[in-house]
Amino acid sequence: MLSRWIDRHEKWVFTFPSLFFVVIMMVFPLGYTIWNSMTNWTLTAKTPTAFIGFRNYVQMFAEDPRFLQSIVRTFAFTIGSLIFQMIVGVGAGILIDSKEYRGRKILNSILLLPMMATPVAVAMVWLLILEPTTGVANYLLKQIGLPVSKFLSGTNTVIPTFILIDTWEWAPLITLITLAGLASLPHDPFESAKVDGAGPLQVVWHITLPMLVPTISVGALLRFIDCFKTFDIIYTMTTGGPGYASETINIYTYQNAFYYFKFGYASSMLVIFFAIVLGTVLFVTYTRKKLEV
Amino acid sequence: MTQKIRKWVGNAVYFAIVFLLLMLFLSPFLWMVYCSFKTPIELSKLPVNWLKGLTLDNYNKVFVQQNFFKFIKNSLIVAGGSTIFGLILGLPAAFAIARHSMKKASMLILVSRMMPGITFLLPLYIMFRQIGIVDTYLSLILSHMLTGLPFIIWLMTPFFESIPKDLVEAAIVDGAGSMTAFLRVVLPLSVPGIVTASILSFTFSWNNFMFSIVLATNKTRTVPVAIYNFISYASIDWGGLMAAATVITIPILILAITTQRYVIRGMTAGAVKG
Repeated sequence: MLSRWIDRHEKWVFTFPSLFFVVIMMVFPLGYTIWNSMTNWTLTAKTPTAFIGFRNYVQMFAEDPRFLQSIVRTFAFTIGSLIFQMIVGVGAGILIDSKEYRGRKILNSILLLPMMATPVAVAMVWLLILEPTTGVANYLLKQIGLPVSKFLSGTNTVIPTFILIDTWEWAPLITLITLAGLASLPHDPFESAKVDGAGPLQVVWHITLPMLVPTISVGALLRFIDCFKTFDIIYTMTTGGPGYASETINIYTYQNAFYYFKFGYASSMLVIFFAIVLGTVLFVTYTRKKLEV
Repeated sequence: MTQKIRKWVGNAVYFAIVFLLLMLFLSPFLWMVYCSFKTPIELSKLPVNWLKGLTLDNYNKVFVQQNFFKFIKNSLIVAGGSTIFGLILGLPAAFAIARHSMKKASMLILVSRMMPGITFLLPLYIMFRQIGIVDTYLSLILSHMLTGLPFIIWLMTPFFESIPKDLVEAAIVDGAGSMTAFLRVVLPLSVPGIVTASILSFTFSWNNFMFSIVLATNKTRTVPVAIYNFISYASIDWGGLMAAATVITIPILILAITTQRYVIRGMTAGAVKG
């Protein structure tokens, strides 16, 4: 009896638990956030919470330079990281792939480490390495005659430093994607290019890269979204500092919610943050469909 | 002759660059492990005196003074719980989405996989406080499933799509209900996919910091939060910090390396088909 009933409604019986979870844990919280974003709810305030319409949104864009700067900073970090890790990642992938030998699989193991390691632990290690006075990074720079850097404690160097750390963490993923993409390419175009006398760099530029575009562009778009959401390393290493020099949208929103306890104002930021990411996701899926046709 | 030399130089340059590149990715881990065995005084001395000031004190601090066993236990409960519940909810859903080509449901899963965690963290924190479960493993398991469940469904849907439809139909014609067909025919064929999904869901939860720092309390604190608390004190104990970092990353790295075929497939899924 029950089995027959399940068969008839299989589609919904199988998906119901997950859909229920998504509705309770994601859709409902999102609606709740939109509602909260139109209130002035502050946990520490003595005045009762009131409905204030779009006041938070006006304040965010018109009266809160810290918010606008955090948006600009988030894009600067995201685009910088993306450019770096695509160049390093794809470059390393093409380089590694250019030779066949036994034991090449070991490279994959090493490439996996940065992205799988706990980000907070990784952040602590980099904090030690980049410590301006006692860290080994500045010591090595001095040894080879380069100027030392303040790294995470300089207002101008903190974002570039985070870009380097993020690149270290995630360029290997792009390399793995590139290697997998290269393994699936047909051999013929490479053979005929060789016959025509093309040099190795010409082959890479005119044949390898164009054929890799569908693979690596999906990788890039996935990385774009993840860079945009970066939280762990920034929060644990600088908490947005020095001053606000590394405060991204994620960090500023977190501070508003769990440090200033401005639940209403933080909610309105979450709505904007959500909208930006949703827009990107829709763009990703749209482009993916186009690429696959 | 010249060709031989050119080939030799080419090889040398290739291996030199690859070696440098790999050292760049590997050296922070080597440094972490090495520093975890150094005394505080020796640690701040440069140039490094490689054999001087080696000690096991840092590990003593991590396990005895800070009682990391407790945090590791918490992390295992949360990561294990969120993975198991994620599989129980996610596998049937992925199967139905694959079998009935449910476009809207799969879109919903994709969107929830991409969303920044913090968008759900604040409302969930408020909700969990109101029903009084902030202090429990349940709140952590549920929140970690926000990452794990969509990932499991997203990864398994294409996997189930690749299983021949005839196999499932044949089982159903033979009198098995779709539940039986799913459990007896589809799942055994999907072991590699399930392994990939489980390892990565477990790792994401083990590594998760943002949900845990807000929702974990003294009783339920997980390892990433515990390690962060190491530096919240006035002066940083670098040796202890590196020992703690080693303790929490090494198990996950060993897991990743021993199962690397699965891990790579899962991490590159989406960009690379098959």
